[in-house]
This record gives sequence, C-alpha cells and structure tokens, in this order.
Amino acid sequence: NTHHTMKLKYDSDQEYPDLSKHNNHMAKILTPAMYENLRSKETPSGFTLDDVIQTGIDNPGHPFIMTVGCVAGDEEAYEVFKELLDPVIEDRHGGYKPSDKHKTDINPDNLKGGDDLDSDYVLSSRVRTGRSVRGFCLPPHCSRGERRAVEQLSIEALDSLSGDLQGKYYALKNMSDAEQQQLIDDHFLFDKPVSPLLLASGMGRDWPDARGIWHNDNKTFLVWVNEEDHLRVISMQKGGNTKEVFNRFCTGLTKIETLFKERKHGFMWNEHLGYVLTCPSNLGTGLRAGVHVKLPNLSKNAKFEDILKKLRLQKRGTGGVDTAAVGGVFDISNADRLGFSEVELVQMVVDGVRLMVEMEKKLEKGESIDNVMPAQK
Amino acid sequence: MPFGNTHNNFKLNYKVEDEFPDLSKHNNHMAKVLTKELYGKIRDRQTPSGYTLDDVIQTGVDNPGHPFIMTVGCVAGDEESYEVFKDLLDPIISDRHGGYKPTDKHVTDLNFENLKGGDDLDPAYVLSSRVRTGRSIKGFTLPPHNSRGERRGIEKLSVEALTSLDGEFKGKYYPLKSMTDAEQDQLINDHFLFDKPVSPLLTCAGMARDWPDGRGIMHNDNKTFLVWVNEEDHLRVISMQQGGNMREVFKRFCVGLKKIEEIFKKHGHGFMWNEHLGYILTCPSNLGTGLRGGVHVKLPKLSVHAKFDEILSRLRLQKRGTGGVDTASVGGVFDISNADRLGSSEVAQVQLVVDGVKLMVEMEKKLEKGEAIDSMIPAQK
Repeated sequence: NTHHTMKLKYDSDQEYPDLSKHNNHMAKILTPAMYENLRSKETPSGFTLDDVIQTGIDNPGHPFIMTVGCVAGDEEAYEVFKELLDPVIEDRHGGYKPSDKHKTDINPDNLKGGDDLDSDYVLSSRVRTGRSVRGFCLPPHCSRGERRAVEQLSIEALDSLSGDLQGKYYALKNMSDAEQQQLIDDHFLFDKPVSPLLLASGMGRDWPDARGIWHNDNKTFLVWVNEEDHLRVISMQKGGNTKEVFNRFCTGLTKIETLFKERKHGFMWNEHLGYVLTCPSNLGTGLRAGVHVKLPNLSKNAKFEDILKKLRLQKRGTGGVDTAAVGGVFDISNADRLGFSEVELVQMVVDGVRLMVEMEKKLEKGESIDNVMPAQK
Repeated sequence: MPFGNTHNNFKLNYKVEDEFPDLSKHNNHMAKVLTKELYGKIRDRQTPSGYTLDDVIQTGVDNPGHPFIMTVGCVAGDEESYEVFKDLLDPIISDRHGGYKPTDKHVTDLNFENLKGGDDLDPAYVLSSRVRTGRSIKGFTLPPHNSRGERRGIEKLSVEALTSLDGEFKGKYYPLKSMTDAEQDQLINDHFLFDKPVSPLLTCAGMARDWPDGRGIMHNDNKTFLVWVNEEDHLRVISMQQGGNMREVFKRFCVGLKKIEEIFKKHGHGFMWNEHLGYILTCPSNLGTGLRGGVHVKLPKLSVHAKFDEILSRLRLQKRGTGGVDTASVGGVFDISNADRLGSSEVAQVQLVVDGVKLMVEMEKKLEKGEAIDSMIPAQK
C-alpha cells in the first residue's frame, strides 16, 4: 500500500483514512490537509506517510488508553514527517516543543540514594531503554538483510563484554520452547508479537529471524535484539537496590555504545529528540525505570492516582503494559521519557517509591497520609 | 503492501544470501519452489503498481505452515504479478493445480444448462448446497496491495452494480462499518458473513489493512445470493440454499454472475481474466474458476470408513468441517466440495460434486443397512 504507485492518482480525500471511531495521538493530530501535504513524501529508504500511520488506522484505540498510533521506519521519518510527528510528540510528551533540547545524562554517580528501598515492599527493580543502530532502518521497515546485520553487530559487541557483564546470546530461532518459557517466566524474554499494535506496523515480519536475547551469566543485564527496537537494554535484580541496577545499566550501555561506535554504527541520537526510537513515545531517554512494589493499602486509597500523577509516575500490572496488578503488587515507573535526563527520571522513581512505601506503612498502622502528600513534580 | 520492507530502497545493497528468507522450517508451496538463485534473479523486479517479490512471499515467510496442510505461501498484489513473477508462480501453480503447465489453456463455462442433473440430491442427507467464486476487477490492485482509494472505488462500483439487480437478485448492501454487532452475528450464524480477519495467512499478506473500511456484504432479500466486497478478493459471489438442489443453486450463481459482469463491463471495469489462468484472483489456489461448489452432507458411517479419503480423492472432492476451511466436522456432517479450481470448467467442477455426492449418499445408505460398498468404489476421475 505504501509503495503503491497508483494511489497518488486518487484524490487526497479518497485516500484519507476514516478515523471517526479512533482515539489515538495520530487520529487526534492528522487532518485531511496535513495528509494531502505529506502523502507524496518519503524518506530516503522509502518509508511513507501511510507506513507511519497504518498501525493507528488499524488500531482505533480505547476510550481510556491513548496509544500513539504511529511509528518511525528510520531516523529520517522524524524529519520528513515532522508536520505530523512534532504535534504528536508535543501531545504525548507534556508540551515538548519542536525547538526544545533534550539532555542526556547516564552518569550513575549523579543519582542520589536509591540503594535503600525497603525490600519487604520493593520486590524487584528494573531499568530499561532502547537504542537504534545508525545506518539501518527501524523494525517496521528494515529488510531481512538489515535486521541480520543489526543482529550480527549486536552479537559482536555483546560477546566482547566481560566481568559482571560477561554473557551469551540466544537466537530466538534456536531456542527450545522450554528455554523460552523459562526466560518469559523470569521476566527476561520478549513476547512473540501478538499485539495488533506491533503487527499492524510490520514488526512481526520474518519472525523469529534475527531476533534474540543476550544476557549475562548473572541474569542481571539483558539485551533484546530486534523486537520493537533494534536493541532493548535491561538491567534488573530482586530487591530494592535501584542504585545498583542503574549503575550496571549505565556502565553496560556506555560500553556497548563504545563498541558500536568502533564499528562505525553508533546509536541514533540528536540534541532535540535524544535517542531516536521506533515509537514516538520512547523518544528522549527511552527509559522506563521501575519497581515491583507491594502497595495493597495505598493502591486502594482514593488519592492513589493523584499521588502517582504528582510524582510523575505510572502504574502497571506485574505482567507489564496493559496487565492487571496481582496481590496488591504494582509495577511503578516513570511516566516521562523526553525532556528529562535518565538520572532525573530514575531519581523520580527512587524518591517517589520511597515516599509511597512510607505511606503504605502509615496506612498499615491506621495513620493518615494527608500530611505527606507530595507537590506536583 | 503496508509493510515498507518491500519498498525499502536499501535492501538491494545487501547480498542475496543476506536477504533470502530462512525457509528451513517451512512447509508451503512457496518454500518448496523458491531457491536462493531464483530469489536473486527476481528480487529487484516490481509490477507497474510497485508490487515486489517480497510482497508476494511475505505471507509464506511469516507462516511456516503445517506438516499436513500445504498452504500456498504467496499472493498476488495485482494482475501483473502473475506475469512479472511467473518464474516463481508458474511452478507453484503447476504444483498446486495438478501439473498445470505454463502453456495450458483454461476453459470457462458458466452455462448452467450444461449441468446434468443435480436437482435430486436427497435432502435427508444433503442439508444445504452452495457455490462460491471470486472475481477481481480490472483496473484496481488486489486486496494485499490496494490503497484505501482503490478499495473504496471497488466498493462504490460494486454497490452500484449490485443494487441495480432485480427479480430474485434484488437486495441490499451492508457496509461492515455501519453494521451492528447483532446484525453481524446473525449473518455469521447464517453462514453469510466473512470473518474479521484473524488468520495470520491473511493478516501477514496485508489484507486486513484499514479494516473495516470499504468492506461489506450484499445479499438478496431471499438470502440465497450474496456478494462479499473487499475481503480476500474484490468480490466473492455466493449462491446457497437449504437442501440438495444444487442445480438451482448453480443456475442462480451463473445468472447472477453474468448480470454482475455485464454491469461492471459497462462501467469500463470488467473482470480480470485471461485464457491461460482463467479468472485472476489474489491467491494462486483460486485461479481458473475460483469455484468451490459444495454441500453439507450427513455421512456419519461413510466418513469413518477406511476408504473415505480414497473415495474423495478419486472423486476429486475434498472434505472440510461445517465451519469452513480448517474446522472440524460436527455430528458426522461434512462440507464436501470440488478439489480443483484450474484446468476444468465451472460446469465440470459442479458436475463432479453433484455426481460424487450422489454416489456417497448411496454408499451411506448401504452402510446403514449393513451392506458393503466395495463394488461402488469409483474409478479415478
């Protein structure tokens, strides 16, 4: 459909998608005039407007959950289709303007505290981000050759890690079902793509070719290759020592980036959007830092949502996005991605979770939490 | 195709072996035929509308298949695909359609009077009869590839054509996007409506894009003649009714199809057809007549007989469950239809169904009486 040479013979009106039942960022922003303006453009690799928006057309969304409804197929998409993507970015990232600059800070020494969250409540800690490898198209658009090249480069880079980060790569296509299930149960592995959000944007193509997971021997540092982004980098461990998790995260990321740069394929980054990723929601830091934390009392408190909002945090169930909480255990993480640095976002999680655990303890004792309500961060 | 892989301008910078798909776990017609050499030879071609080899094969790459069920694993995006990618599609067509050669000619016969009998299948056994086919409209690309503008153009033409029919064909068009859930469920239960696409065979080929935009169903007031618009083909035309009068079903089918074709021709958009492949459809398995003529028939005893599959094979028939392709039979009731599509005419294929089902019902009756059926086993048709 995207490289359909005949569609331009139809008027813009005839090609314009029906978004009347849709609720996602793309549907909010796209207009017939904008569609007309952009529909004949393409990036150097051939990604078109219809490519960008197909997932948002095919997935109308949900009255309560605002999905993004568009993806990038390469680094240039954010430039060629800025007329659409800038407003989407602004809407999604709290008013971030086309002229704004994003700061990157992955110096773990700048994080204050974070090594003392109560492990009776904070069951595990995790920090993840994504990285795109320059010189290759992104998962909605990459060819098999490109995807395999990304995999090959990743294996070379990761195999050269040592010490605490020493590990091994497991290609998805050679993994046994048992290995795979174990990794899923350990919260290590990415899902086979069933989400129509991913499938409609072409990210399931050729599965499981060139997809895999690398992890260190300790299973505290993991890299997913060729899922929704070229790389997803994850540091995690049981308990509440988020500082240690973040240390490992920053150290590992910096080492990996050095290795990729040496091979002339550094990470996609610019001073406006920070790290460039497939989904506009992950621009900037691409960072989601979170904990699994027991908050059975606080989560039932009338002010729970408001507290999260003020702390700039969001909740998910323990299965990840779009799952439900089990046994009062929530996944609490930073809501922001763009416009704040990595250190700032992890600081919000550390400080916010510490406060919420204190609140939980108060509620357990039957005490009020009114006097410890936070201001808007 | 929406998945920009196909028009990824950089992929030709990669060597053939780096781009060639891994088909080592695959069992479908495309995987059997496509070699690295062939891929290298045709990977930079495209049809005038921009359809590429990767478009053709993506569904077969993404759906490795099943050890017992041989799927086709490729689709056409337009009429020209069958020419531009003939190096791949001709061998697949040959493999799928019993050795049909690139030089063979296909005979079209939609003259219902040429059918012998078919009005006397025993309704105590034959519960319902149905004939369906597909049609593609010249001047538009096919469902894996068409744009929204094209799809809507097809819908508009179809609505004009279909709502102008009269007599027993008089009916109404229901666009999918305006249908209530209740209407939709009713139509599904009546075996009238097509599924929302969940099959990865279809979704990986891009046929679900923009759903339900431009899709709908027309049926006559009697609910015996239906047309699906913009599902796996531009049009799917279906004639059906309860009981065993396949002759009447086929007559309605032929008459209705002819009327529709005339109207489309008047608008300058006849059906895609050529003398080698007959009617051109999205899936290579439906070339030729695109016709599946079948019945729901009670064969509880025959179906568990050791020779059932052999009998079907000789009669050039296939069995399915009553939910359609890839479903199981319920209560001994089977969907029995012609196995062939290309290389024999519509009349010939429906004749095979009529004659074959008549024979199988007689066999069922014999088995009910405890008699043997060995003397009735047919020769290979």
